[in-house]
Amino acid sequence: MANKEVGSKRSVGWMGLQRGHHAHPLEWIVEKGIFAVSLSAIVMIFLIFLFVAREALPIFFGQLNSAKVQKVMSVAEMEKLGPAELQAYLGLTPEQYASMDTETKRLLMEVKLEEFKESSQDKDATLNTTSWRNMILPHQWSGYSKPEYIWQPVSEIQKYNIIPLLIGSLKATLVALLFAVPLALGAAIYVSQLANARAREWLKPTIELLAGIPSVVLGFFALIVMASVLQSVFGYQSRLNAFVAGIALGLAIIPVVFSIAEDALTSVPRSYTQAALALGSSKWQAAWKIVLPAAIPGVFAAVVLGFGRAIGETMVVLMASGNASIVSWNIFDSTRTMTATIAAEMAEAVVGGHHYRILFMLGALLFVVTFVSNLVGDLVIHRLKHKLEGKR
Amino acid sequence: MSDIITTPKISLLAPVPPPATVAAAAAAAPTEKPLIETEKLSLYYGQAKALKEISIKIQEKLVTAFIGPSGCGKSTLLRCFNRMNDLIDGVRIEGAIRIAGHDINSREVDVIELRKRVGMVFQRSNPFPKSIFENIAYALRLQGIKSRSEMEGTVESSLRGAALWDEVKDRLHASALGLSGGQQQRLCIARAIAIRPEIILMDEPASALDPIATAKVEELILDLKKDFSIVIVTHNMQQAARISDYTAFFYIGELIEYDRTARIFTNPAQKQTEDYVTGRFG
Repeated sequence: MANKEVGSKRSVGWMGLQRGHHAHPLEWIVEKGIFAVSLSAIVMIFLIFLFVAREALPIFFGQLNSAKVQKVMSVAEMEKLGPAELQAYLGLTPEQYASMDTETKRLLMEVKLEEFKESSQDKDATLNTTSWRNMILPHQWSGYSKPEYIWQPVSEIQKYNIIPLLIGSLKATLVALLFAVPLALGAAIYVSQLANARAREWLKPTIELLAGIPSVVLGFFALIVMASVLQSVFGYQSRLNAFVAGIALGLAIIPVVFSIAEDALTSVPRSYTQAALALGSSKWQAAWKIVLPAAIPGVFAAVVLGFGRAIGETMVVLMASGNASIVSWNIFDSTRTMTATIAAEMAEAVVGGHHYRILFMLGALLFVVTFVSNLVGDLVIHRLKHKLEGKR
Repeated sequence: MSDIITTPKISLLAPVPPPATVAAAAAAAPTEKPLIETEKLSLYYGQAKALKEISIKIQEKLVTAFIGPSGCGKSTLLRCFNRMNDLIDGVRIEGAIRIAGHDINSREVDVIELRKRVGMVFQRSNPFPKSIFENIAYALRLQGIKSRSEMEGTVESSLRGAALWDEVKDRLHASALGLSGGQQQRLCIARAIAIRPEIILMDEPASALDPIATAKVEELILDLKKDFSIVIVTHNMQQAARISDYTAFFYIGELIEYDRTARIFTNPAQKQTEDYVTGRFG
């Protein structure tokens, strides 16, 4: 009774101990709500992949045929075909087919025949350019002296070889990583191990501020300023190229790599540094030989994330890379990445057409590349951690 | 490199008085040439005065224990001897610390060389996340030792010196973090003695260990006394009584009493010391 008067809900003595714990209803709702939100993130990723992959599915299974000229038949043969076959032959939707009278269909048959006569000079007209063979292997196109990898989705014969784009993406990403990782890592070591408290206080937020620059602004800067400056320094031919794009891309990923690597280095116990210093290491020796190896899983994670960010970045490369789909490992050649290709061409691709599906296939490919790199990264990090902790 | 470095190691120091002579000297600050000497040493953390005009003379090839309640400044004083306090922002020192006659806070002293000569063992064992061998090899490489055979020999002798060799000789290349707490601490001692310092500072080296591991470490300290001068901070008064030759009692930043251990524990001059060692406070 006395308790009641104080307003406490606790019952006297041990009574009520077995009542069981019930969360406050509001707490319960909030908890479940947060769980639902985190679950929805996973579901979203899954749905996005599903959507992208679904659009690209006919490509993966080779069900698409982009050949300009397939089997042709004379107008007279029209009578022999069933309605479904005829519809497929003329490439019509069921609604279109239904709305046409026989005369129109006959006309279409003639158009098809004429198309064939016009284009039959080109030996490539019968080629299915969306088959895996033609997307990956070089082909000697008519008018070319040797087999080549060509991405040329808007031409008489649409050429969809993805190799130039893959090389373009890898080239820009590689330049970005080569530029950004040493810088970001050096900055992380300096800020976490060598700088005094005051320098650290303004350095860390300043570097991380780079992440706040919109990529379109960075791309614009690369396009207008960096391209000219770098060209006058290195004196290469094409002003916009993988090098410029890679450097700009590097600027975009520096804060990401820096931030994660700095966290990893800072979380290495101070006692390691103290032990090293007490043995007579310089601060630099302690940072390089003791702290960095101890933080290597985190540093590796930073690099993997930087890679994912760089290969997926679109705006910077779209603006600064020159967008020429050339197969060349020279970083001073203009280049075209997968992301920039999707961004630039999606608007003009016919929904449901081959071009459209190939672009989605590129999207799915990007998704797979980043997913696999993250997966492999995680496995490596796991192993490195085990090794450090002395487990097998 | 500073001048304290260039002189040959042993000649730095006065000849060691035999233990009997030391024991015979009853006074608190006996011989005229101490190894470590502080003169009116005060240390401030920002505004707070953590050490108050401490003057102490520590002898060579002996074990000197610092005792006192938490926060009395004994660890701070210990870290002055290899300038580990430099790492803490806002630390200011007044007065002088001389090791073998050299003012270690003077500008000419190379702190890295100093730390190679004044080794340290920490309260929490802190082996590097590397193999047992690499833990010691790292210290040796800092000394400029490159030859593999020399390195292997020194690793073995250091591990033997730290009474750890027999336990780890079959897994030298396994991670040091797989060792038990006591083994890790002895590895840290092995690492500290591998570079042959003249002084070893120990900051409560056994406080995180169980009684058996503690006994091993204490045995080791008594053994190391032959080759090194040891200054040890401890909370454990029995430990101080067991292993030290001299004991200094600190209270709130002041050196209350410094004398031979036997005297501190049986017949201290100060009332405060007596109260502390008999367990009346602290």
